[in-house]
Amino acid sequence: MAKVPGLLKGLGVTLGTMVETVTKGANTVQYPHEKETPPIRARGVIALHEGNCTSCMLCARSCPDWCIYIEGHKELAPPRRAGGKPRQVNKLDRFDIDYALCMYCGICVEVCPFDALFWSPEYEYSEPRIADLLHDKAKLGEWMETVPEAPELEAGAEKKGKK
Amino acid sequence: MLGLIASIPYWAQSLLRVLGGIVAVLLPAGTIVYVFLFKMMSFMQSRLGPMEAGPFGSLQLFAEVGKWLQKEDLYPERADKFIFKMAPLIVLSSTFLLVAVVPFGPDAWFTNFEAGVFYALAVSSVSVLGILIAGWASANKYSLLGGLRAAGQLIAYELPMVLAVIGVVIQAGTMNLQQIVVAQNDGSIFGWDGLGNPYILTQFIGFIIFMIAVQAELTQAPFDMPIAESELVSGYMTEYSGFRFLIFFIGEFATAGVFALIASILFLGGWGVPFSWFGWTSIDSIDNWMNVVGPLIMFTKMMLLVFVIMWVRFSYPRFREDQLQRFAWKVLIPLSLVNIMATSVLKVAF
Repeated sequence: MAKVPGLLKGLGVTLGTMVETVTKGANTVQYPHEKETPPIRARGVIALHEGNCTSCMLCARSCPDWCIYIEGHKELAPPRRAGGKPRQVNKLDRFDIDYALCMYCGICVEVCPFDALFWSPEYEYSEPRIADLLHDKAKLGEWMETVPEAPELEAGAEKKGKK
Repeated sequence: MLGLIASIPYWAQSLLRVLGGIVAVLLPAGTIVYVFLFKMMSFMQSRLGPMEAGPFGSLQLFAEVGKWLQKEDLYPERADKFIFKMAPLIVLSSTFLLVAVVPFGPDAWFTNFEAGVFYALAVSSVSVLGILIAGWASANKYSLLGGLRAAGQLIAYELPMVLAVIGVVIQAGTMNLQQIVVAQNDGSIFGWDGLGNPYILTQFIGFIIFMIAVQAELTQAPFDMPIAESELVSGYMTEYSGFRFLIFFIGEFATAGVFALIASILFLGGWGVPFSWFGWTSIDSIDNWMNVVGPLIMFTKMMLLVFVIMWVRFSYPRFREDQLQRFAWKVLIPLSLVNIMATSVLKVAF
């Protein structure tokens, strides 16, 4: 019998929630009709800034799911200064992320030394065919438009480290 | 007013009764699933529930039934196929047999048994058989465990249910459901007959015990140990798919409706309004329009009781098996025996 007040309180919680939902509306949104904006730093999709990528393969090697595929070749670029030697650069041929495998751990974004990978809050890219979840270089590049601006550095942050 | 029914030929009466029985089973089941399972449960969890099919998702049920009907009728390789296929029908047939004794108005009844209460309680336990053989025939350990748990639970909670009803039977002095309704609406509380004498007032303990036992008989949470989805997948229903699962599903909620109907007859005055309002004195002097209004009153009371059943279902977590059995044998049964004793003493005293 000592449990009866608690039992009644429990019934009150559900009834209260029901009345609140009917009078003030639900906590949920009706997704395809109205959309919640995700937090700006949400991990929706990974975007590729191709110009920064040196095909160093660090991201592909650190990926726990092995869902990043990179192919590249070496090319000679014109020298920086007149009379210098032609430079050797890595040219990116293929950069695919298989979102059917990706588990959104973000290690590739963390590990990239050249700021070529970014998180974007975009999340609506489901596909009827699982093969279409393999996003190629061009598609990953398109996601760059949705990447938010990097946050301001903390005061004094630039001065640290050697120049 | 019996002349009206007597003037219809027998085959037409039978046809009407069959149609009425189907309506009395399926209509409450559909309403309960939409209003309570889809909508009330969602609201209690601060969400809206189905909203796409029809206005406010009111046609969702048809979508669900269509989905189940087009699924393949699967059965496990090692299942006892004949019995496996029969089990859901046994469960549903107990619901149809149960609704046969429910009176909906002075003349709107299917059968008018003298021992209606006895029949109802006996027939309601047929569904245990269906559940047990569903669990056994599935050739699946989860199903078997679920079926055995269901059998243990349903038998344990049948006792307090029967014992709770005995209080009503003693007070009404009859086992005929129709006469129990009349006794409540014809009665008076210390000479004041403005409300009749619904037995929820005098048999309140019996009512509480009955509703708890109904909750357990329906295997609704907090008594859903037999179908505990987190440990037994879905208990005896695990191997069923398509329309056989649909029949189990209809059976569950139709039985909830029928038990609520029986509870409203036993404790809330059934289809009747207090006879003193219109100056009726016996069942023969009731106006004919009660045959139309009676079912509506019954439906309202059923919705009220099912609301309570579902409210409890959505609020409480599941009992452990030992807690569940202890509650039946150590709390409900002694309490109902005390209730019977007190009722019979008071019946003799007054």
